[in-house]
Amino acid sequence: MASLEPWNATRAAGIVGELKLLEGATLPILHALQETFGYVDADAVPMIADALNLSRAEVHGCLTFYHDFRREPPAGHRHVKLCRAEACQAMGSDQLHGEILSRMGCDWHGTSADGVTVEPVYCLGLCANAPAALVDDEPLARLTADSLDAALKEARA
Amino acid sequence: MSITITVPQDAVALGLGANRVARAIFTGAEARGLDVRIVRTGTRGLLWLEPMVEVATPEGRIAYGPVSPADVEGLLDAGFLEGGEHALRLGDPEKIPFLARQHRLTFHRCGVVDPVSVEDYRAHGGYRGLEAALKLDAEGVVAQVRESGLRGRGGAGFPAGIKWNTVMLAQSDQKYVVCNADEGDSGTFADRIMMEGDPFNLIEGMTIAAVATGATRGYIYCRSEYPQAFKTLRTAIANGVKAGMLGDDILGSGKAFHLEVRLGAGAYICGEETSLLESLEGKRGIVRAKPPIPALKGFLGKPTLVNNVMTFTAVPYILEHGAKAYAEYGMGRSLGTLPIQLAGNIKHGGLIEYAFGITIRQVIEEFGGGTASGRPVRAVQVGGPLGAYFPDDLLDTPLDYEAMAAKKGLVGHGGIVVFDDTVDMARQARFAFEFCATESCGKCTPCRIGATRGVETMDKVIAGIRPEANLKLVEDLCEVMTDGSLCAMGGLTPMPVMSAITNFPDDFRRMGDLPVAAE
Repeated sequence: MASLEPWNATRAAGIVGELKLLEGATLPILHALQETFGYVDADAVPMIADALNLSRAEVHGCLTFYHDFRREPPAGHRHVKLCRAEACQAMGSDQLHGEILSRMGCDWHGTSADGVTVEPVYCLGLCANAPAALVDDEPLARLTADSLDAALKEARA
Repeated sequence: MSITITVPQDAVALGLGANRVARAIFTGAEARGLDVRIVRTGTRGLLWLEPMVEVATPEGRIAYGPVSPADVEGLLDAGFLEGGEHALRLGDPEKIPFLARQHRLTFHRCGVVDPVSVEDYRAHGGYRGLEAALKLDAEGVVAQVRESGLRGRGGAGFPAGIKWNTVMLAQSDQKYVVCNADEGDSGTFADRIMMEGDPFNLIEGMTIAAVATGATRGYIYCRSEYPQAFKTLRTAIANGVKAGMLGDDILGSGKAFHLEVRLGAGAYICGEETSLLESLEGKRGIVRAKPPIPALKGFLGKPTLVNNVMTFTAVPYILEHGAKAYAEYGMGRSLGTLPIQLAGNIKHGGLIEYAFGITIRQVIEEFGGGTASGRPVRAVQVGGPLGAYFPDDLLDTPLDYEAMAAKKGLVGHGGIVVFDDTVDMARQARFAFEFCATESCGKCTPCRIGATRGVETMDKVIAGIRPEANLKLVEDLCEVMTDGSLCAMGGLTPMPVMSAITNFPDDFRRMGDLPVAAE
């Protein structure tokens, strides 16, 4: 994952200002803030509402509707998304996920002791090479518990 | 003279180590003093052979696959840069039966060209469709689309020509063309392969649509689960602008088309066109009631043409070769080719572009070669998470919108997910409800509440608590969801559920009937 900056209102205002003239700017702004800070701080909500002439409720609604946006700094420094959809199920993903979660010592949406956050996802489009995962933004096909461990180690090194 | 090698950077190839393979080829060749040029392409769709590396030889391209980083030294020793013999040598990729048998009207450039190069795209016949469209008037372009019989490939199968005509006739100071690239259906990846392998085909299709409808702005709404597709599209659009294929004066025609790619945020429901438009406007992805239809009041209230990636990418072929050439493929009212995505527990999975009318069994047996596990096929889900589960005796159904509907199934986006005999269909039915409960936008009650009640009731069935009575309840619930939901999410969730119950009744009665006291 690219190195994240700590929350900074001036920096955030700059990002909002840069994107506010786009048609339907809310999602691009939220994505940009999350890419920069790792999450969308509560202080960003009135900032966006002001810039786009929306109510705070509308911005809050948008922020909380989508699975992708986080409202807290990420607990882990790595993100694993495991696909739980049908094609992966057909290749034994349920059992595999059980093993991965027990190795990590956490449940869905949790973070392991060494800082890996695990989220469920429904389809990564790697269905002919299931089971599949995304490690940060890198795809992993024909996933096994060992290949996931290896990918996490390799990228860290 | 350097040797040209293509290494895919499709997400599947990347997920199987393609970047490390490319690096190993580069360093290995360098160590041997060989001059190589590595081009990163998309995939041809023979996904069990990925990463599939191709070498350009005087006799044409020679493919090797599946190549792992550890194979590279051996390949170099075997002289694979001259097309040498090796256990992984596949020969001419276009002669591999899986590919040779297909009807590649739309996907013929995927895995062949450099995806982000305008020159490469044009060298392989690109932009001939747009050139043809610019010679016609708007009515002429729409007539071609209508006469080709092209139907919306997103799942609904609505005739594309009618939609295009409505937007063309709408009066407005601003119109939009929007591509639905929120390919959320599990078991589908045709849009992804296209966006990563031949994004200019999509850009050309959307540009033709803009010319036909009078739209000057366009958006591609790409799901965030596809980071590789998003990056490729962004680069392709920038290169297209530089080359004058997008912008104020496309191909010197004096017509303007500005295209932008936008990223979704992990909501399946945004694949529904009205909720996609809400999301694009910067709102929660909540389904809109229709009418008004998006063709008249779409993005920001303006007339908007919303089509799927596969619909737009069929258009350049139609304009280049004529509506009749396209309509010669297919059967009944399903004309042209369907990009079939074969996935799940399958030996040879991948992309199969074939005329409508091929049966599910032909796809699984003749292309797929049976299950990956080697066990018998027990259930096949066609058309994504909202599609029906078919047992063996329905596999001779042809992939055709009407024929599938007659068997209470759907073609959807053309995804086929194969399960072997270890599958528990009661669990799959429960999952269909669970998925709907997770992804429902919450606007209408049958979907929002129905999905959750469905999970609870299925849990009782699975636990053996009054299965007959509870299955009756599930059936009742499904009827309400089908008839009362606002969009296909709630309206079609009953399809996988009811098909599982109807076609695999034994799986729902494994626990027998426990005494009522157990409840």
